[in-house]
Amino acid sequence: MTVRATVEATIVAVAGEHAKALPPLTDDLPLLDSGLDSLCLAVIVARLEDGLGVDPFSTSEEAVLPVTVGEFVKLYEDAAH
Amino acid sequence: MPGDGGICLSALLRANGAPASRRFVADETTRVDLAALGLDAPHLPATGPNRIEEARGKSVLLALPGQLATAMALIALDGVARRLVLCPPDVPETHMPAVLQSAAVDMVVTEWPLAGRGAAGPRERQATEWVLFTSGTTGQPKMVSHTLQSLAGHLRATSAPSAGDTPLWCTFYDIRRYGGLQILLRALVAGGSLVLSCAGEPPAAFLARAAAAGATHFLGTPSHWRRALMTDAAHLIAPSYVRLSGEVADQMILDRLRATYPGARIVHAFAATEAGLAFEVDDGLAGFPASLIGSGGLHADIDVRDGALLVRSARAAAGYLDGTVTRIAAADGFVDTGDIVVRHADRYHFAGRRDGTVNVGGQKVHPEEVEAVINRHPGVRMSLVRARSNPITGAIVVADIVVFGDATAPRPAGAASLQDDVRAFCRAHLARHKVPASIRIVPNLDIAASGKLARARA
Repeated sequence: MTVRATVEATIVAVAGEHAKALPPLTDDLPLLDSGLDSLCLAVIVARLEDGLGVDPFSTSEEAVLPVTVGEFVKLYEDAAH
Repeated sequence: MPGDGGICLSALLRANGAPASRRFVADETTRVDLAALGLDAPHLPATGPNRIEEARGKSVLLALPGQLATAMALIALDGVARRLVLCPPDVPETHMPAVLQSAAVDMVVTEWPLAGRGAAGPRERQATEWVLFTSGTTGQPKMVSHTLQSLAGHLRATSAPSAGDTPLWCTFYDIRRYGGLQILLRALVAGGSLVLSCAGEPPAAFLARAAAAGATHFLGTPSHWRRALMTDAAHLIAPSYVRLSGEVADQMILDRLRATYPGARIVHAFAATEAGLAFEVDDGLAGFPASLIGSGGLHADIDVRDGALLVRSARAAAGYLDGTVTRIAAADGFVDTGDIVVRHADRYHFAGRRDGTVNVGGQKVHPEEVEAVINRHPGVRMSLVRARSNPITGAIVVADIVVFGDATAPRPAGAASLQDDVRAFCRAHLARHKVPASIRIVPNLDIAASGKLARARA
């Protein structure tokens, strides 16, 4: 499973667990204000830390937080390489 | 305000409120001119029973639907009521009978405006006790007894605005809790205006509204800020002052705020409902300098004993309200915050709560409560719930479980994994912020010499 597929599957799974309706995932979809709330995102990050073994938020030097799904996926792709 | 019954919120507002300054408090739908509120003249429709006069000498529960209405009721009733109980919106209904009894409530205000005159004349004023709730814990919510002096005395002493300096405050906090109330009082007492958030308002919409109003001073928890920085609306505002409190500010959020708002003064503060504001840090680094110990500044004494942070100041609460007022401070005046701090070189860093409470984006979780639910699952022998640091909510709950039988044995075809099953079980029995984000099957859990689960403590 690619990093992208893992990230997207985790987003969909957590949204389902939290009964959040999610539009189809596209790269320019905003992470928040599109169905996911902070708690969902926190769970997604924790789940990905288990699944991918990385926490790009704690290791990234970049001083910007991801706004869109595409930026979020890229953060994990960069960290996994 | 003991011995100072002549001062009340409306009087302070009047003393500060140059009518020309056009100061206001606003939410999504309503904007209230503060100059009009500070006047002795009736500012409310005087039809029907005089509800403000009815509140005289009473213990009044403020259970209004919004923050703005609550702020207006506070201004009108401080100095009139004997006691004002500020009820946050998330206190469960099942707790209300205990609240009404503990605070001897004899009037409940649920709507605004109240008919009646505005503030009472100086001779008719009385010192009103302000009662706040500690942030969500299990069991009965704790009520904490303050006065306008303990809540706002330091704001009058230290924050007098210079001429022409009328900050426009904007807060993600709810003013019905300590952190948010501090901002309301700052705006009312020390000068400026205030933009309030509304229930259910998306962060991007709130930031856009604050930007349109020209807000300059922004306050929230680290979780509020992480959320704000994850929306494009973060770039709509250009704050001159950014303040974080209510949770531990880590280096990541401080760095990202610095990068996003290079022109802002970025401050993280430590305050608790019981202990009051203890200190502020503005050097851009997480934790606080060890030099604060013994000389806290901001008129507070700071100490570290047995690894925990202690605070002594005139801003401490009088005590817990449980029928009578139970003193919180020790004999020497210090309040034990229950926050564990660890020293690295010349700096202290926060390392969790002594009682193990996990703070998930401002909502508290007791690990024992979650363990009790997990342990009821038929497949689980025992469990350990703890905090894992999280870049979005500061911390999140995770669980280690020991299962009956062979954890590696194949599950029936089509069955969910045991972890998924335990998680679903937790979701059915716990608030969503208490459900473990990650569940790990471990061969065993350590038992301490006391016979209790060994919990890693700082």
